[in-house]
Amino acid sequence: LSGSPALRLPDRNSASPRRSPSPSQPPMARRSAPLLRRLVSSAPPLPGHGGGARRTVTYMPRPGDGTPRPVTLIPGDGIGPLVTGAVEQVMEAMHAPVYFESYDVHGDMPAVPPAVIESIRRNKVCLKGGLATPVGGGVSSLNMQLRKELDLFASLVNCANVPGLPTRHQNVDIVVIRENTEGEYSGLEHEVVPGVVESLKVITKFCSERIAKYAFEYAYLNYRKKVTAVHKANIMKLADGLFLESCREIAAKYPSIEYNEIIVDNCCMQLVSRPEQFDVMVTPNLYGNLVANTAAGLVGGTGVMPGGNVGQDHAIFEQGASAGNVGNDNLVEQQKANPVALLLSSAMMLRHLQFPSFADRLETAVKRVIADGKYRTKDLGGTSTTQEVTDAVIANLD
Amino acid sequence: MGFSSSLPQLVWDTKGLVVVVLVLVSHGTVLFLQVVRGVVESLKIITRQASLRVAEYAFHYAKANGRERVSAIHKANIMRKTDGLFLKCCREVAEKYPEITYEEVIIDNCCMTLVKNPGTFDVLVMPNLYGDIISDLCAGLIGGLGLTPSCNIGEGGICLAEAVHGSAPDISGKNLANPTALMLSAVMMLRHLQFNDQADRIHNAILQTIAEGKYRTADLGGKSSTSDYTKAVCDHI
Repeated sequence: LSGSPALRLPDRNSASPRRSPSPSQPPMARRSAPLLRRLVSSAPPLPGHGGGARRTVTYMPRPGDGTPRPVTLIPGDGIGPLVTGAVEQVMEAMHAPVYFESYDVHGDMPAVPPAVIESIRRNKVCLKGGLATPVGGGVSSLNMQLRKELDLFASLVNCANVPGLPTRHQNVDIVVIRENTEGEYSGLEHEVVPGVVESLKVITKFCSERIAKYAFEYAYLNYRKKVTAVHKANIMKLADGLFLESCREIAAKYPSIEYNEIIVDNCCMQLVSRPEQFDVMVTPNLYGNLVANTAAGLVGGTGVMPGGNVGQDHAIFEQGASAGNVGNDNLVEQQKANPVALLLSSAMMLRHLQFPSFADRLETAVKRVIADGKYRTKDLGGTSTTQEVTDAVIANLD
Repeated sequence: MGFSSSLPQLVWDTKGLVVVVLVLVSHGTVLFLQVVRGVVESLKIITRQASLRVAEYAFHYAKANGRERVSAIHKANIMRKTDGLFLKCCREVAEKYPEITYEEVIIDNCCMTLVKNPGTFDVLVMPNLYGDIISDLCAGLIGGLGLTPSCNIGEGGICLAEAVHGSAPDISGKNLANPTALMLSAVMMLRHLQFNDQADRIHNAILQTIAEGKYRTADLGGKSSTSDYTKAVCDHI
């Protein structure tokens, strides 16, 4: 029952600009972060047993760390506003030291408004509901635009069984780290002659290297034992071959972390038959999308899987997988979208912002609600509305 | 490079008889270019002709086999022109078969639904790369590569029946492999040749042998060798 791990790159400029890094030692928070994570994972909060989320070692903040942090909020389309509304309510109930700057963005806009990008650059952290991308022609994906402009090169989703939610497989705890900016989603398409269309998949050493580095660093910092690279290099020898080459080079620098490679079709098959064998997976863009969505199905669907996108300077947190849409009209009308995924993503965000006990409290409350089973939305087999689940989470906060 | 479609037919899942059929189209993701050191491009080519052909085959197959729904799997929200062209061709063909329900499903959603609720799908049609991945995913759902057959169809009725699995060098020569996949591929071949009676007999014998549970190869959790299992199937015919 460890909390979902922090996304953050260990970077000196992580928090507010007031902090000046001391020249001889890394900042206090960074030194204690790995220790804290290990302790958190060994101090299990027991949902519904009055155990609560008490840490055995206190997190020692720097003076001023409690100043409320601004976070850009993009409710978006479809179920987006519903689930971001849930997060806002829970944050307020917890008196978490964050406040949201909300912006109106919709998937059919030609581009993300510059004010929004400006806000994310300023705040460094954003929470997003969901942006619908119209199918087949016309506007390009705003989600992709955000990722490219802010260079959020790593997408991370955590597929883990939620206690109390019955699924076919147990003991699933997979983190999929997916390259977010190039590959099949480069957006370079053209019609050669009428009736023949080409799309370019671009793989570069630079991007492959940095995603491999991030994956191994993540595994190291979160005490994960194995990294698996997903590829199709038997067919795409040069492109995926370059990706694998980069992974192997980085793997050599982390001898204590086991590294292996798996072809993407075999990977999907293994995922549905024996998902316990996977730990951290690193993939190029398209395969990561498929693997993440498949893994989402394994642990209960897109409604329960948290995730985020991170780059050198910024991070955007959102549902781990959206299954390519923002929910259907029914869900929106009846207000029955599942807020769990975004709540868990906001817990990841709180950890990223270095508010670990708020993150723990939020996660514990969410897990209690699911384990209790009384308030579950339709995708988990229940009949509750978003608001009912949100209220239950608030009621379960320590 | 020949154009072909591949047609795995899944036989059984834990809840009963579920048959899902996939049809792939073979275009290329074949041309490799190393532009500068450290930058590689790979071309994905979708043509109207090939997309139409496979869509035609999918609907024709659905109609001939009493299937009710064809779902086109795509990522046209991101790859708007390539997968967009594929979808356009599917839609054109769908209009000619009004009695068959046609829908389009984004591949992310497809993967997740296959894991959560595979019974909602019937016939799936998609381009090459997705089909490779989805067909293996489905193989995992029904019990693995030891059970999954396939057929590659070309123009003029050419049919290459083969198992979805590879050569498995680690168990080669040990009389351990599960022959069901190739047997079922042969059944598909017989049906293609319109020897339906014989195909049914063999198919039923296989299903019976596996259902009984006495003779199963290692990949299905049993201890039989290839030859023992084969003999059991022959006895059931």
